[in-house]
Amino acid sequence: MNLAPEKLIFELSSKGRVGCALPKSDVPSYDLPSGLERKELNLPEVDELTVVRHFTRLSQKNYSIDTQYYPLGSCTMKYNPKANEVAASFAGWKFAHPLAGDVSSQGAIELIYKLQDSLAEIGGFEAASLQPAAGAHGEFSGVLMIRNYLRDKGETKRVKMLIPDSAHGTNPASCTMAGFITQTIPSDKKGNIDMKALKAALDDTVAGIMITNPNTLGLFETNIEKIARLVHRAGGLVYGDGANLNALTGVFKPGLAGIDVMHFNLHKTFSTPHGGGGPGAGMVAAGKALAPYLPGPVAVRKRGRYRLSMPEKSIGRVKLFYGNFGVLVRAYAYIRMMGRDGLRRIAENAVLNANYLRKKLEGTYPLKYTRGCMHEFVAMGDIAPGIHTLDIAKRLIDYGFHPPTIYFPLIVPEALMIEPTETENRETLDAFAEAMLAIAEEARTRPELLHAAPVTTPVGRLDEVAAARCPVLCYRGD
Amino acid sequence: MSIDANARYAESHEYARIDGAAVVCGISDHAQAELGDIVFIELPAVGKSLKKGENFGTVESVKAASDLYMPISGTIAEVNDALHADPALVNREPYGAGWLIKITPADLSEMDKLMDAKTYGKTIGEE
Amino acid sequence: MPFIPNSNEDRESMLKEIGKNTIEELFLDIPEKLRFPVLNLPEGISEMEMLSEIEALSAKNISARKAAWFLGAGAYNHYIPSLVPALASRGEFLTAYTPYQPEVSQGTLQAIFEYQSMAAELFGVSVVNASHYDGATALAEAVLMAWKQNLERNKILLPKDLHPEYREVLATYLSSFEVEVQEYEGAPENAAPDARTACVVAGYPDFSGQIHSLAKGAELAHASGALFIVHADPLLCALLESPGAQGADIVTAEGQCLGNPMNFGGPFLGMMGATEKLMRKMPGRIVGEARDHDGKRGFVLTLTAREQHIRREKAVSNICSNQGLVMLQACIYMAAMGHHGMKTVARLCYDKAHYAASRIAGLPGYKVGNTAFFKEFLVETPVPAERIFEKLAKKSVVPGLPLSRYDSSRPKELLVCVTEMNTKAEIDRLVELLEEVSA
Repeated sequence: MNLAPEKLIFELSSKGRVGCALPKSDVPSYDLPSGLERKELNLPEVDELTVVRHFTRLSQKNYSIDTQYYPLGSCTMKYNPKANEVAASFAGWKFAHPLAGDVSSQGAIELIYKLQDSLAEIGGFEAASLQPAAGAHGEFSGVLMIRNYLRDKGETKRVKMLIPDSAHGTNPASCTMAGFITQTIPSDKKGNIDMKALKAALDDTVAGIMITNPNTLGLFETNIEKIARLVHRAGGLVYGDGANLNALTGVFKPGLAGIDVMHFNLHKTFSTPHGGGGPGAGMVAAGKALAPYLPGPVAVRKRGRYRLSMPEKSIGRVKLFYGNFGVLVRAYAYIRMMGRDGLRRIAENAVLNANYLRKKLEGTYPLKYTRGCMHEFVAMGDIAPGIHTLDIAKRLIDYGFHPPTIYFPLIVPEALMIEPTETENRETLDAFAEAMLAIAEEARTRPELLHAAPVTTPVGRLDEVAAARCPVLCYRGD
Repeated sequence: MSIDANARYAESHEYARIDGAAVVCGISDHAQAELGDIVFIELPAVGKSLKKGENFGTVESVKAASDLYMPISGTIAEVNDALHADPALVNREPYGAGWLIKITPADLSEMDKLMDAKTYGKTIGEE
Repeated sequence: MPFIPNSNEDRESMLKEIGKNTIEELFLDIPEKLRFPVLNLPEGISEMEMLSEIEALSAKNISARKAAWFLGAGAYNHYIPSLVPALASRGEFLTAYTPYQPEVSQGTLQAIFEYQSMAAELFGVSVVNASHYDGATALAEAVLMAWKQNLERNKILLPKDLHPEYREVLATYLSSFEVEVQEYEGAPENAAPDARTACVVAGYPDFSGQIHSLAKGAELAHASGALFIVHADPLLCALLESPGAQGADIVTAEGQCLGNPMNFGGPFLGMMGATEKLMRKMPGRIVGEARDHDGKRGFVLTLTAREQHIRREKAVSNICSNQGLVMLQACIYMAAMGHHGMKTVARLCYDKAHYAASRIAGLPGYKVGNTAFFKEFLVETPVPAERIFEKLAKKSVVPGLPLSRYDSSRPKELLVCVTEMNTKAEIDRLVELLEEVSA
């Protein structure tokens, strides 16, 4: 890791330096609109080599899947195959314009069509749309689909969405953006949705429920079919949050269990890279009832020719053009390489790896739920006086691992959510378990090591309070 | 957790204390401790009229954000400008210099509907 | 199995350690009749075969590599310096997670901070967020942000000359709320805001490429208590006065033109910036400077109380994953181009577009309506524009967007885009063919 401080690009600037040479103009020069000419433009002036060194050195301050193990629960930090990158870099993709016309874009539309089809098959759905740019965008789309479906049936009273208390924050936030109010449903002692509370909440103001399965505790909702039946009978629909699909590929099809609409995160289960925060892609798929409402345009095929078209009752456009196409290519490449058997093996090994790790840690780190987990599990980090999950997380960094997800889900105090994924080998899992056990020992005998952690990084723990009180959000030249 | 014996408390952890013709309002010590280091407080405009239970602002920390609700109905007579530069005042002196707003009450009898210090103490003891 | 390292032997031994005999035993929580369904998909293929298949698909598209390209309309053919993909594709950037643990994410965080800084300078605003999905969703969220300032002000003023897809995306985002959208013609000072207006939106330039001066429109909006939102071309801002300097409260943009390929329409880059006053109401991730206990400078995600993982149903927006890597490419592009390069690219686009426009305007039957424009201009054609497109595409010249694609009542209008990628020879050839096709 590069521990040396790196100046800001502005601080590396020197007047007159240029980072990229452009061709000379081969046309006359024309006047700018009067009075509008820009007078000052304080952008950096840096030579090419300095730009290269700067960003290379910055990259060396990052942890990444290519360099470290990331047991981040609910994020599915699996290996991002390099083959995906090659597949996405062909000139025919990079230089393809979205408005060139269907006839001239057959390759791209065919890929979108085939990916739609594959993902719908994996989830057990009727149809899919690849328009959403991220999971939350998929949630927004799905919830709008439910809204429009109910509106078309004249059900204007249904303004409420039910959301389990273990849900990811994007779930209620997406509901708000779609004009719904939300009501929280508690979880029971086994980590399932509390059926009694659910039944009590189901009335004619409920539009539906948003479920994550396996849920954010890493547990399969054993009552999933019953929940779907109850909600449907009460006149509502079921939205599936597919963030945890990595436990289910080839093992369970949510669409066959009563889920009406669901999003997948292609940057999780389908291996597209996280890129430091995106771009992702949040495919949304639906059963027969909601399929006509999918966001469009979607790819359709007629007599061997591919076209882009709006589903008949579509909620409309949720973004420009056709989704994050470059990400879609990567997901398609991955699905082609994994194939039917590989997809099932993903879920099998993801779940095996999680249970294996869980067994290694269970004596030392208290587990909130003792039944077998799926692809992730939640432990608690307050294992010694004065020690919090945050301290465990920061000390793990000194052992060369990215911390697991911390303080989520909100219903488990001092939560540590661990998801190994199927792309890690046994040695890595063993090394991680060893580190966790060593840290537990340090927590008891030398807690100061945890409180001071991390010490092997370019910066130590940052004063986030001061940063939020007096925000400095861009370079100010001082 | 300290509790101001002279104030009365809402379930949402705001306190209200009579101060001459106005009612001083802020968040309890328990509330500030739950939030952690406060980084920003959004307060209403002076002169605004709000009913009991209506949202009058927000208080933010690094890990949480809470809406603030009027403990009684009234008009905003004053807001604590010192909190712009030093939001941590709310953490340090929630009942004193860290007050949030002063209300010209619409109906003082609404104070009776709030919990007294002892009752409030019991509810947070139980939480 | 590709990418799944543990062998059958590993699996056996691991199962034994956790006291299970078979993998199937791990899935007993799943209702039996739903367990292990048939996946109607082909078997996996090797990397070699996959690449062959996908390359063949990619070859079935017309591309700007194989034709003289004059089509823009929201996705632009600009030059991407080699160092941009070389640096952005480094594994440490590409495969890094969202920078929630700042100590191990200083690379990503500092890059975002630098991007925010350069974009803020370009747009003339105080704060820029770390990205939105694309220009249209950024604009939609900006409008929602303006409306939420005061829910009683529910009128949104939009320019009539707005990209049709932007209008559609806005409609979807506004569909849940009681807001009224009204359109105005021409310059933003024609908008006529009143006491019920939440915001006036202006293009810089408009969909047809027309540039309007913004200051007057901003003034009128502010006088009636409304916010002034400008959707800008980032490269235009290097050449002409920034939207912020002319009074914009919020600036949005599509950042694909900054170092990102067209990629059949995605992933693109929603850019959003605002005045300091609106800072805490902005959606999206924002990076700020911070110090550690030794006083070392670092960067961290900040103002997080706005976001969904804390505010949940009260969050400003539901956005979580954004367009991180696309933003990084834009950052590296702006850093490499810098003051001089950005001005030069913008100048080349401006001059080449004006050269093309002046030559086309000289052709009998053709008219250019724009009085001020940057890299795109609207041409009235003597014969249907779609026919021109078809004929010229066969000769490897893609002349622009026939407006009839979006609006069948406008068959004889063509939106032509010229960038630094078009040589004079290509432009002359375009003009030659336009003349030919009208004969």
